[in-house]
Amino acid sequence: MAGILVYALHDDEGNFNKNSLGALSEAAKLAGELGTEAAAIVVGDVSDDGAAGLGKYGVTKVYRAKNVPEGLAQPIVDAMAKVIQDNGYTYALFGGGLLGFEIGAGLTARLGAGVTMEVTKVKVDGGKLVSERPILQDSKIADVGYVSEPGIIIGRLNAFDVVEGSGTAEVVDVDVELSEWSTKAEMITRGEQRGADVDIEAADILIGGGRGLGSADGFKDCEELAGAFDNGAVAATRAVVDAGWYPYAAQIGQTGKTVAPKLYLAVGVSGAIQHKVGMQNSENIVAINKDANAPIFEFSDLGIVGDLNKIMPKLTEAIKAKKG
Amino acid sequence: MKICVLVKDVPDAAVQKRIDPGTMRLDRSGENTLNPFDTHAIEAAMQLKEGGELQVDEIVAVTMGTDTAARALQKAVALGADRSVHLSDASLAGSDVCATGLALAKVLESESPDLVLLGQQSDDGECYTIGAVVADHLKMPSLTQVIDMKVDGDKIRCERQAEYGYDTVALALPAVISVGDAINEPRYPSLKAIMGAKKKPLDSKSAGDVGIDAGQVGEAGSQTTVLALNDPPQKEAGEIIEDEDTAETVEKIVAWLEERKLI
Ligand SMILES: Cc1cc2nc3c(=O)[nH]c(=O)nc-3n(C[C@H](O)[C@H](O)[C@H](O)COP(=O)(O)OP(=O)(O)OC[C@H]3O[C@@H](n4cnc5c(N)ncnc54)[C@H](O)[C@@H]3O)c2cc1C
Ligand SMILES: Cc1cc2nc3c(=O)[nH]c(=O)nc-3n(C[C@H](O)[C@H](O)[C@H](O)COP(=O)(O)OP(=O)(O)OC[C@H]3O[C@@H](n4cnc5c(N)ncnc54)[C@H](O)[C@@H]3O)c2cc1C
Repeated sequence: MAGILVYALHDDEGNFNKNSLGALSEAAKLAGELGTEAAAIVVGDVSDDGAAGLGKYGVTKVYRAKNVPEGLAQPIVDAMAKVIQDNGYTYALFGGGLLGFEIGAGLTARLGAGVTMEVTKVKVDGGKLVSERPILQDSKIADVGYVSEPGIIIGRLNAFDVVEGSGTAEVVDVDVELSEWSTKAEMITRGEQRGADVDIEAADILIGGGRGLGSADGFKDCEELAGAFDNGAVAATRAVVDAGWYPYAAQIGQTGKTVAPKLYLAVGVSGAIQHKVGMQNSENIVAINKDANAPIFEFSDLGIVGDLNKIMPKLTEAIKAKKG
Repeated sequence: MKICVLVKDVPDAAVQKRIDPGTMRLDRSGENTLNPFDTHAIEAAMQLKEGGELQVDEIVAVTMGTDTAARALQKAVALGADRSVHLSDASLAGSDVCATGLALAKVLESESPDLVLLGQQSDDGECYTIGAVVADHLKMPSLTQVIDMKVDGDKIRCERQAEYGYDTVALALPAVISVGDAINEPRYPSLKAIMGAKKKPLDSKSAGDVGIDAGQVGEAGSQTTVLALNDPPQKEAGEIIEDEDTAETVEKIVAWLEERKLI
């Protein structure tokens, strides 16, 4: 049997990841076009209802590997390789994020399979799937096909829309024998929130701060600028969150939040793909960057080539003055 | 113990990267350099060695690439590696992730490392996947995007950001770890180190030397095929202001924002 197998990631409370749900919906749509079915695989502690409920997104079957822990890639590679081999799935699909990259890569090695990543669209051509894979900083899009089965498709964050209908899936429990090396990584803590629990999702105006701010102090200027607007808040890149300059809760991008405010004003942000995917749907994008070749200017509505240290304080003053 | 660091030769940042429409491969004819993300992996290896909690006897830089990759290896040695291994063979040309991962695993196997370090991504292919591919072939535990490593007895305790926040994971050695660029600030090589790099041993290996079956690598072993190359949908170009007179620049920004009722 041909078919598409999708990994559905969940948090410690059992909530499924939005990007995984998007991947389920996409797989169901593609399976329809291929004349086959889509299935999901979940690991760890997932209730009967939780698993069957994935049927809402169009999958007919959900494999559940209770003895496989969630959160680390290699045990999940064991589970997916088994389900693919036992049932003849011809594609494995992952929503955007991080774990999907590691699991997809592991399957590539285990099954000698072709892999594409950062995929923004999947199409059906001659009874096979073809991935649209943006390359070279999104300057080109490669159409990539698979020479053998299965093909591994790792989606870009937010590439696949969640389509929710009705229906329940059949839950099939599978027993997976873990590879020896899959048991040699141990999760000590998962999903630790670093820094204050700031709320950026309700803001109309976001000031996105990056490494160009030079230090944690630079974020004070960002907060002042955000405060000059009505309903403004401050967001951040992974680079500055990893450096401990700003809280993780404010991070935008692949392993952070996705936002679409009225204005996203990026200061000292290069515009890496992993950041772009979390904010590219903002209504207006303005960027201040001293490097005229920074990728962010490729997707800004207004770009200012200059030193943020000179521009930001004056801009804050000017906006405050306007509002009187 | 022995640490192998995977390093890649990539087009220099100043080169406008392009795909050769004839071969559908990256045009590598311009100036090349050591993948900047890999300098963090070398630095991480150096810090483990200097930290003294692990007895690191040797750091070996390993690459797969054409002749020019020898220069990337030299740079890696200048940054601290003790010697280097260069896997180069016509049969490897056109390898995708599946084939590259297998070839790198084979050359690594011939070195029997206790720890393999690599960068978070290459600056050209940007596939983010080689670490996990290599790990599965080597049957070692692995983690990617690691921004902190601490020696904890016979394990390495790693931190990295994943979907829900920061994860802390302990890996038993031998292991494969890809490091994120926030893990450290790579040092600059000293003039002495740069001069000395040419004298450090460089082993050139062919595919056959490390037991790679030519049918499993290169175009023959690749499981993906590029069918077409297209331009992305054209987006209207944004307005650009060069900041010369900051008062004037700020006035323009404010006017732009006001026009869109954002103030
Ligand atoms: C698997 C994975 C997941 C990731 N997830 C995320 C994510 O969720 N979110 C995210 O943001 N990133 C993520 N990244 C990281 C991403 O690739 C980039 O490294 C990161 O976004 C860069 O942050 P930055 O723009 O702050 O820093 P940099 O790329 O260092 O950019 C700093 C910019 O500041 C400019 N600058 C410097 N000084 C000044 C000045 N005085 N005035 C004006 N401009 C100045 C520079 O020209 C430069 O363009 C991820 C990466 C990977 C591999
Ligand atoms: C624009 C472009 C797009 C591509 N897209 C795909 C694709 O969708 N699917 C696919 O299967 N292949 C693809 N390839 C081919 C792929 O990039 C190569 O097989 C490559 O050698 C491995 O991927 P990477 O360098 O991007 O790896 P990454 O996983 O991004 O690299 C991570 C780390 O692995 C190490 N590393 C990677 N390559 C080597 C090497 N040759 N020698 C030593 N260390 C190395 C480095 O430490 C590096 O930091 C693409 C190539 C290009 C140029």
